[in-house]
Amino acid sequence: MGANPASRWGLRVLGLGYLTMLLLIPLVMIFYKTFEDGIGPPLDAITSPDGLHALKLTLLMVVIAVPLNTIFGVACALLLVRRKSKANPVIDAIINLPFAVSPVVIGLSLFLLYGTSGWFAFLGENGIEILFSVPGMVLASIFVSLPFVVRETVPVLQEIGTDQEMAASTLGANGWQTFWKITLPSIRWGVAYGIVLTTARVLGEFGAVTIVSGSISGQTQTLPLFVEKQYANFNSTGAYGASLVLALLALITLFAMNLLKRKEDA
Amino acid sequence: MGISVEGANKRFGDFQALDDVSIDVPDGSLTALLGPSGSGKSTLLRAIAGLEDLDSGQVTINGEDATGKPAQKRGVGFVFQHYAAFKHMTVYDNVAFGLKIRKWDKAKISTRVHELLQLVQLDGLAGRYPSQLSGGQRQRMALARALAVEPQVLLLDEPFGALDAKVRKDLRTWLRRLHEEMHVTTIFVTHDQEEAMDVAGQLVVMNEGRVEQSGTADELYEQPATEFVMSFVGEVNRLGESYVRPHDMSVALDRDEGAEEAMVQRIVALGFEIRVEFVLADGTEVWAQLTRAELQKLELREGQIVYLRPGQTKSFNGDVPSPDGHGASTPHGPPDDDDAEVSAAV
Repeated sequence: MGANPASRWGLRVLGLGYLTMLLLIPLVMIFYKTFEDGIGPPLDAITSPDGLHALKLTLLMVVIAVPLNTIFGVACALLLVRRKSKANPVIDAIINLPFAVSPVVIGLSLFLLYGTSGWFAFLGENGIEILFSVPGMVLASIFVSLPFVVRETVPVLQEIGTDQEMAASTLGANGWQTFWKITLPSIRWGVAYGIVLTTARVLGEFGAVTIVSGSISGQTQTLPLFVEKQYANFNSTGAYGASLVLALLALITLFAMNLLKRKEDA
Repeated sequence: MGISVEGANKRFGDFQALDDVSIDVPDGSLTALLGPSGSGKSTLLRAIAGLEDLDSGQVTINGEDATGKPAQKRGVGFVFQHYAAFKHMTVYDNVAFGLKIRKWDKAKISTRVHELLQLVQLDGLAGRYPSQLSGGQRQRMALARALAVEPQVLLLDEPFGALDAKVRKDLRTWLRRLHEEMHVTTIFVTHDQEEAMDVAGQLVVMNEGRVEQSGTADELYEQPATEFVMSFVGEVNRLGESYVRPHDMSVALDRDEGAEEAMVQRIVALGFEIRVEFVLADGTEVWAQLTRAELQKLELREGQIVYLRPGQTKSFNGDVPSPDGHGASTPHGPPDDDDAEVSAAV
């Protein structure tokens, strides 16, 4: 197996060809299309008041949803791995729900819950707007990106075992000290990877946010919604420009993690 | 003073890990908990450290009831089989961990850590990470870390179990010397009877969640209280209802009153010791341990018929006299089958 150079090359060509067709060409096309008429038009689109507002709103989603899901995710992973309970499989299945359910459905469920005839309609009646405003969009973003930190942290926690934590406790550390000095440093790369995935997911979230936000330009429009609106209005250059900004944000997140890791390893 | 455990019980589902166990470890002693895997020895050690909650029973450390106390307040040093090194910290930070938790000042920590690293012969490796150390070095680092906080008792859970034979022997000797210097009450868990006898002054033999017997290595070997102890602390042949050690078998070429007829099946030379395997008329297989000189004198060959006379025999189910009359049965008499509480004064 593997000694035959023809089959090895065949596999390589197949793998790279698949990636090129499905990922690389579309991304290169966007890049090309964005700057087809120079840097002016896409820049105008992004720096328009609506564009800038969409960028800010997207970053706001990240700044709120990512820390909350990180704290929740680590706590939940600790619960699942370190506290054996009969309820764990149920909790585990519930955490996977956002993966299993289409974001549009998630958006609709929030709509039903907070809408005029929903259980939490009283919030709106008392002046606390959830739908068609930022709180609803934050809820949707948290919902769709909830599983990542848990999923990335659980296997790492299982792998490190409990010996180091027990050693710390015999040396006099209480639960809190053990968590900060032993557990968290040991699982940090699992958590970091979970944060990167969560960030990417929140940046790109479209389906659930579309429904709860109403996509009002300059008010409840995140970058992906802005892209869609531009595209629908035949401003494809603006759509491509905003798409490129989204892609760059995701790349920066990945790059930042790699940089931190490299610094650590050095 | 020292450590005592009274009536400890612990169940994991259907498995009774500890069944009414009581032990008494005197202040400053070095005691081995010896038993096969699943005998409850590790569970007992972890219960003493507070890493495992008992279903019932009491743990007393240096006269103080420690039963409900969390591990962090028991003042024990614990060494794990797989080192439990803090992988993201240097050797220095590993050893300093307990002192930092206790908020010592930096200069004092530095002095103490270097003192300990010297003691465990790792002084030049303070800046290394555990992944850059050998298994033996990691375990010595773990020991220094446990000793740093000046524990009232030192507990070691199969400390040499993951090391290769040569390193294991070195560390054994080294641990015994360390204990002679420090005199901290120490319990270590092992499944290796030779290791237990080599290192510890006192042994507690455990089996199926209970204490079988405790005493010095000599007492356990010469006067085993149960057949489990007899077969666990040394080699043994079974002849009907009685047991005999292979070195207590005498081999004669001539027919002899009261001796058993046997055929030589195999002769294995293991250096100084020769292992001769026999089969008796009733099909029972036994073996004798002879010296090279004895073998040469007898000129044994495979297939030869000889006459075996067991010297000291022991029996544990009533009194079966040994053939030559002076074989003692168990000094404690036959043990109760339901010896629910074996209180072992070590």
